[in-house]
Amino acid sequence: MGSSRLRAAGDWLEQRLGLRPLFEGSAGHLVPSNASSWWYVFGSATLVCLVMQIATGICLALVYVPSADQAWESLQHLDFEQPFGWYLRGLHYWGSNFMVALMTLHMIQVFLFGAYKYPRELTWLCGCLLFLCTLGLAFTGQVLRFDQNAYWGLGIGVSIMGRIPLLGESLTSLVLGGPILAAETLTRFFSLHVFVLPGLVITLVVLHLRMVLHNGINEFPTRGRGVDPETYDAEYAELIERTGEPFFPNAIHKDLLFSAVVIGSILACAAIFGPKLPNGPPDPTLIDTVPRPDFYFLALFSVFALLPPYMETFLIVYVMPVVVLALFAIPFVSRSGAKHPADRPVAVAGVVLVMTTVMTLAVLGLSSDWSPHMDAWKSVAVPVEMVEGRSPLELRGAAVLQAKQCRNCHALDGSGGKRGPDLGDVATRLTEDQLIRQVLQGGGNMPAYGKNLSPPEVAALVAFLRTLSPADAAIAQNSADPLGG
Amino acid sequence: MSDEPREPMPPPALPPVTRRSFLFKLGLGLNALAAALVAVPLIGYVISAVVQTRADQAWIPLGSIGDFPERQTRLATYRNPFRVAWDGTTADIPCWVRRVGGERFQVFAINCAHLGCPVRWFPQSGLFMCPCHGGVYYEDGRVASGPPPRGLFEYEYKVSQGSLWVRGGRVPTLSQTV
Repeated sequence: MGSSRLRAAGDWLEQRLGLRPLFEGSAGHLVPSNASSWWYVFGSATLVCLVMQIATGICLALVYVPSADQAWESLQHLDFEQPFGWYLRGLHYWGSNFMVALMTLHMIQVFLFGAYKYPRELTWLCGCLLFLCTLGLAFTGQVLRFDQNAYWGLGIGVSIMGRIPLLGESLTSLVLGGPILAAETLTRFFSLHVFVLPGLVITLVVLHLRMVLHNGINEFPTRGRGVDPETYDAEYAELIERTGEPFFPNAIHKDLLFSAVVIGSILACAAIFGPKLPNGPPDPTLIDTVPRPDFYFLALFSVFALLPPYMETFLIVYVMPVVVLALFAIPFVSRSGAKHPADRPVAVAGVVLVMTTVMTLAVLGLSSDWSPHMDAWKSVAVPVEMVEGRSPLELRGAAVLQAKQCRNCHALDGSGGKRGPDLGDVATRLTEDQLIRQVLQGGGNMPAYGKNLSPPEVAALVAFLRTLSPADAAIAQNSADPLGG
Repeated sequence: MSDEPREPMPPPALPPVTRRSFLFKLGLGLNALAAALVAVPLIGYVISAVVQTRADQAWIPLGSIGDFPERQTRLATYRNPFRVAWDGTTADIPCWVRRVGGERFQVFAINCAHLGCPVRWFPQSGLFMCPCHGGVYYEDGRVASGPPPRGLFEYEYKVSQGSLWVRGGRVPTLSQTV
């Protein structure tokens, strides 16, 4: 009989390897039956992403050259010549997006279910470290795609570090591998991305899982029932006694199904959208570039644009570390008490607030309306209806508006830069004198143009601006001079 | 438990020093020493970038001053004086040169003082604009608008035998300018 011979071979191996007790103590550990829930699948899916990142990462490292003079070329080779190269890069890129997203969901779920409370404080702490390491991997990975965004993105990172008092200069040199961003910077980030951070992540994952096994998976929270550290252990033991079932094979099915969906989604995204191709080569002399970070750092990018400048350094240097520490401290501050989200309205509101803020900032970062539209002055025309039937002086003003780069910051009926107000209806808001003052002296976040415009140019520009109002709207008048002079 | 009367403790007996315990401690000590000896070069290697043994700035020629017309601002590039062979294009550093008049210059770092993005010069409006967060500077490097906490970083320069030289070699930040 084939099966009995197979079993005999299995027994022979088991006698020598002794894996069964290890397996039963880990994959086969008992979980409360109510923990087999769709809410509990995000952690395992994050782990699946990590495994995929390691597999695709090793393959990419077979071809990628971590050298400042060849990294960009080797990426071109990977994307366009190496068989499956573009697809593996796509898998690694989308895998990282999914990993960050799933890890965030996992963290939110753990927080909302009060799973960080006694006795799982260190599991939460370990998870927070994993979160930071994974964001570190995301940033260092973005640098390895050694293009213009990587170069200037690093420049932004270094500028942030340069704001730290006393240590700024040393930290900058430590990160760059010298006083300037060059060859040693890339090899440093390669070493971090490929050796240091993955090693840390694997170690922390082992610890994280060890604690999950040791303390048991968090039971599905019940309304009105909280954690009392005095009695929790006995209650949990009783729950396992009553409803416990082995994770494998009884409770793993939802994790398996969800992981398959995640892998399928990554495969599909990589096939449909492909990898994120490097933009221009990392040549700092190509300054016609508009650096943007990858999605996970867009919220931070937006914060720097939208904060009042006087708050920036304070927020980056002091508040951000405090926020991170506060995240670590959650289980030590809120160690016992209610677990069910319906019993913890403030926790739910906190998650909604934080996620709304982060997503809003990220979406604002996508369009980055605060940035001047650097080419608007020569690529976005004045709408025809704004020049039709205008006098020669007003037409001259429209030309001044384009030539002096006003459009880089000011839109006309929605087209052009969005940094300053849309000028499509400026005549309804500012009188002639106010316009002249604003153009010459600037203010309210506008440069003063007094030195760069001749008096006839100013006269023409203001004459044109005074024509910009919707057909049925009254234009602004000086109330002290109702006849308009 | 602490309420129960306790027998007076006998004085702790010193554990006898056996050959095993001696060798165990000696082994621990020697390994601690070995670890420290390994750590010294490792740490030294990593932080050598911080503890500078060489200058991080040098005088670099930007070209003949005739290349820079009076009252104009031009982009100039130089090779990083401390480059290595595999720096590739990252060794080429751009900067903005404004010839105020005669031998008076202003040489600005390309990096915005806000977060280091490359600023662009617009001669028509006489402004530098940054593509990241909208910092704007006047032609003399002063902040015109936006978030920069200071004006553009300015290189030290000299004119020698008809050539313009700047002192460069490091990336400017708020804690260490060019």
